[in-house]
This record gives sequence, structure tokens and C-alpha cells, in this order.
Amino acid sequence: MSILVNKSTRVICQGFTGKQGTFHSEQCLAYGTRMVGGVTPGRGGSSHLNLPVFNTCHDAVKATGAEASMIYVPAPFAADAILEAADAGVKIVICITEGIPVNDMVKVKATLRANYPDTVLIGPNCPGVITPGECKIGIMPGHIHKPGRIGIVSRSGTLTYETVHQTTANGLGQSTCVGIGGDPVRGYGFIDVISMFQKDPQTEGIIMVGEIGGSSEEEAAAYIKANVTKPVIAYIAGVTAPAGKRMGHAGAIISGGKGTADEKFAALEAAGVTTVRSPADLGSAMKKALKA
Amino acid sequence: MNLHEYQAKEIFARYGIPVPQGALAVSPEGARAAAKQIGGEKFVVKAQVHAGGRGKAGGVKLVNGFDAVEEAAKTMLGTRLVTKQTGAQGLPVHSVWVEKPSGIARELYVSALVDRSRERLVFMASAAGGMDIEEVAAHTPEKIKSVAVHPAAGLQPYQARELGFFMGLTKEQVDQFTRILSGLYRIFTDLDASLVEINPLIVTTEGNVFALDAKLNFDDNALYRQKAIADMRDPTQEDERERVALQYDLNYVSLEGDIGCMVNGAGLAMATMDIIKLHGGQPANFLDVGGGATAERVTNAFKLITSSPDVKAILVNIFGGIVRCDLIAEGIIEAVKQVGLKVPVVARLQGTNMEKGQEMLKSSGLAITPVSDLTEAAKTVVAAAQAK
Repeated sequence: MSILVNKSTRVICQGFTGKQGTFHSEQCLAYGTRMVGGVTPGRGGSSHLNLPVFNTCHDAVKATGAEASMIYVPAPFAADAILEAADAGVKIVICITEGIPVNDMVKVKATLRANYPDTVLIGPNCPGVITPGECKIGIMPGHIHKPGRIGIVSRSGTLTYETVHQTTANGLGQSTCVGIGGDPVRGYGFIDVISMFQKDPQTEGIIMVGEIGGSSEEEAAAYIKANVTKPVIAYIAGVTAPAGKRMGHAGAIISGGKGTADEKFAALEAAGVTTVRSPADLGSAMKKALKA
Repeated sequence: MNLHEYQAKEIFARYGIPVPQGALAVSPEGARAAAKQIGGEKFVVKAQVHAGGRGKAGGVKLVNGFDAVEEAAKTMLGTRLVTKQTGAQGLPVHSVWVEKPSGIARELYVSALVDRSRERLVFMASAAGGMDIEEVAAHTPEKIKSVAVHPAAGLQPYQARELGFFMGLTKEQVDQFTRILSGLYRIFTDLDASLVEINPLIVTTEGNVFALDAKLNFDDNALYRQKAIADMRDPTQEDERERVALQYDLNYVSLEGDIGCMVNGAGLAMATMDIIKLHGGQPANFLDVGGGATAERVTNAFKLITSSPDVKAILVNIFGGIVRCDLIAEGIIEAVKQVGLKVPVVARLQGTNMEKGQEMLKSSGLAITPVSDLTEAAKTVVAAAQAK
């Protein structure tokens, strides 16, 4: 078992024939992801990477039965791409695109909630989702992963890879890794993913990597305290970040003393979550927690 | 992206939000002319910088007569204004805004921003205006009321009335406030603002509602479709190195410490800063070279980091995923050759082709220490900076 995606998940790519879409679709195919086609308006009927190209998501879903989509469409058109996938009935929409205006995401989220409540959105501005050895949807380097026991959920890309590397090095492996993305308004959050890990029999421990800004880590802490029985190890990036500055991710800004790393660490510790102050200690802390 | 107060007030006026009569000047003589054009005897002269706390720093002066306006402008223009928000360096004053003073009966507060939890645009209002709103929120949260706007319906008049009556406005004033809120809503959605704030929003002695101050921030991700706003950028108000970084398309933030950081990915970049601090060092910057770190980007990043005289050592932390470590190593070696590095570099390369990358650094004959473990890398760079 795993969460969200597995070896039977049929995947399409939106922005399939573009540079990013092509490169990462090749990587996903090489990893073994069951890709069944792609969407590029105006290129319908042609073939790319030996897979069919469609003009619309509706056409692609009808012809292939796609259940998941990975989006590499440029930021000005990405909100449209997310809603097109939802409208076509894609169950899991994974948006890799970075730089979508926040006003666009506010409209996307309101529409999803009202009209497509069952559509799962991951991202935007995220590395994607991988179930090691089965299905890779996104830009993460597949070879550092190893099928195993740990569920990883993170707001950051390369910091997720760091966590994966440590759990692999400690012989734990991963059940599924979910990058929820660095934007202030996004799809699935910590609680959505953690609740799935709690129910997943393959997942024995959960690593959560947060960062400054917002209050989703604090909300997750309360949820974990009430609902999660598996060991959770957490790290928050940005202890040294100055207030009011945007640190790369649009969501990573501390305003008015709210959303600091210290507050988040405190909330998690109060909820009984084991935290590590060094990002280098995530893997070893989890190994220790599972032994106990 | 931020705007000056005068630019924000121009936008306010365009959207039907009443602001005090005023004019911009870039010279003392110009300030006198602006005052004459406005007319009257008393004037407020306000230094235009991208920071709050101007009043306490001498950047806002209430004066009598044209001579005094000219004198006030003279003392501000060409100087650097240091407020509690600017840091010790302060910000350069290139222009002043000359304004007709308003008779103030009440000071209120209103702002709009996207609330992450509700995932909607939220308006906040308080009768406790003119003070630090974070203080109000911390000590007397009951004095702040907020309403969330559904993006499909847009701001509704009843929501504005709710906030207006909450602040104790009269029916007449609530009508004026509703028009102001509608203008703010259109500014937010038409222009892709990320923060709109009026503090204070005043009720004048005549009983009218006016925006005495104006603060506008914009969503950087939306500037591609807001050309007119992007053109209003004032680079003199931004950190020199952050401005250069923007040209190179690098994410860079200047900090106070002495260890330069070059990392791929924003989260890992923050984590790298944290681990330096954890081992007793101080990061000099946040720098994310991005997922597609090419040799050229690495070179530019090195130039940027070493342009700061404060940097005593550099930590490179790259997790090679799609990017191969040998390519990064090539970029580092090229950069060091071009820039002529004077400080020690600790390079932690992990991931794809890491052995090859480490080997290239080792055999380059340059002052680069390759390390594969993150904790060891942090300890090594902190020791190197302290030895300098």
C-alpha cells in the first residue's frame, strides 16, 4: 500500500510537448510511471514520446481513462489547466508550475470547493508525488528513493530530497512522498496528507517538513495530537529568516511576528511531536523513534 | 513589490478613494512651488521612502508657510532616512510629498490581504487606527473585525457596512466608507495587489472619511500582467545586491552575518542558514540558485556573494537531483577562476554524480573543501569563518 498514487495509476501530462513537460515525462516514463498520454492544445492527434497527444483534457480522459495529471503549463495559464483537469474528471491533479498569481489560486480553490469537491489538488509550486518503485509524478530525482516505511510530507522541494536521502541512508525507505508546495494558497495541506499516512498500513512513521509563514504547521500539530498514533518527526525551515522578507517561496514570509519557526516548533512540541533543530537529523531521529 | 506613498495615493485617487490634496517635489524649490499650487498656510512635508516609521525619524514635518516647506524639503532631500524598518543604512530620499494637512477627528484602520487559512481576500478594520496594528491584534483582538470576500461574488456592500458600523461610523460615513472599500477591492483584484493598507483612515473634523496614508504591495508573481505597476518600481529603494540578483533571476536576500550561502531550492536554502546558526555561525545571505542550476547561474551567484565585503567563508549546498553534481562542480571551479576567490569555500554536493563532482573539486587545486555530510559541512564553514 501507499497513498495517492501507485503502479496502476494512469497519468497524463498537461504541457506535454513543452521543454519541461517533455523532459520530465521522459524521466517519469523511465522510472516506470504508467503514463498514458498528454495534452497540448493544437497538437491533438499527434504522438509524442510514443504516447498520444490530445487537444483537451476531456479528450485525454475519455480516450485513456487517466486518473492523474501532472501540470507543467507556464504560470499565466496554470490556473486554467488545473480547472480543466478537474472539469475533465481527473481525480488527482499535481501542479508543478511555480509563480502562479495568488489571486488566480484564490479563484481556483473557490471553484474546486464548490464544483469539484472530490478533486485532489497537489501544489502548485511543488516537486510532485512519488511512491517509490511504483509511480513518480513530478520533478524529484527518482533514484534517491527506496520503497519503505516512511511517509514524507513537505512544503519544500530540495529539502524533501534531503529528507528522502536521509531515510534511504538509514535503511527506512519511503511509502509515499508528497510535496505540497511553497505557495500561500495551495491544494492539499499537511493535515490532508498526514491523515492518509495515518490510515496507510505501509506507513510506519511520518516526517513533516514545514517552513516559516502561515499557520498550517500549527493546525497540523493540533490534528496530530488528536488523531495520529504513528511517530511523527518534524522540522521547520527558516529559524534565521528575518521578518517581512520573502525567502524564495511566496508563502515563506513572516509578517507581524506570526508564522515564525519558533512558534511552529513550540506548537508541534506541545502536541507531542518529536522535532529536530537540525535538518541533518531527520533520518536518524525517525530511526530512533521506530526502535522505541 | 512596493510603491511609494505618493504612487499609492495616485492609484487611490484613480479608484475614487479620497486622499488629501498634495503634490510631489524632487527639489526644495519644487516643494515651494507645490505648496503654492496647493494653497493655504500649513503643509505636511513627507519624505518618500519604502519604509514605515517615518514620522518618528524626522521624515514627516508639519510646517507653516512656503519658506518652511522649502526648508523642510532641503533637510530631507539627498539624505538617507533611517527608521525602525530600514536598518542602520537607511533609505535615500529622492522626493518629498507636500500635502494639505487634515483636521482629524478620528483615526481608523483598514487593510486587505489574502488570508491563507480561509483562502480568500479578507478586509480587516479597526477603530484603533494610527497605531501599530500588530499591537492591537496581540493585546485587544476584539477591536479588529474582518470579512472574507468570495471571489465569484466580489465584495458586497453589506460587508463594508458591517465593518463601517463596527467602527462606529454614522450612516453618511458608512456610505463613504463603502465606496472606499469598493475602490480598495478593485485595486486588489485589477492590479494584483498583495497588501492594501490605510493607517490611518481618518474622519475629518468636517465628518468626512479620508485616506491619510496609503500602503500598497504587489504580488511579484503577477507583475507579468501588470506592466504599469512594474514600471513604477523604484530600484533606489531596494538592496543593491538583491537588485542585481533579480537581474540574474536568482532568489537572494541580504542578511547580517559573514557566511555566504549558495543553495538550490528555497527550503533547503533556509535549512542551510539554520544549520549554520545551529553550529555557531551567522549566514550573510539567503540564496536559491534554483532547480535548474547551470554553470552560468553558479558563476553569477558566486559573484553576488563575494561582492559583499562581510563574507568570510562560503558554504555551497547543492542537492543534485535532476541537476548533476559534476556540472555544479564545473560551475564552481569556473566561477572561482573568474571571480578570483579570496575566502575559503566549503562545498557539500549530494545526489546524482556526487563522487565525480567531489573528485573534480578536490583535484582542481583551488581552496575548495568538498564535504558530503551536511552537519560536517556546516561545522567546517563556521570554523573557517571564525579563523579569518
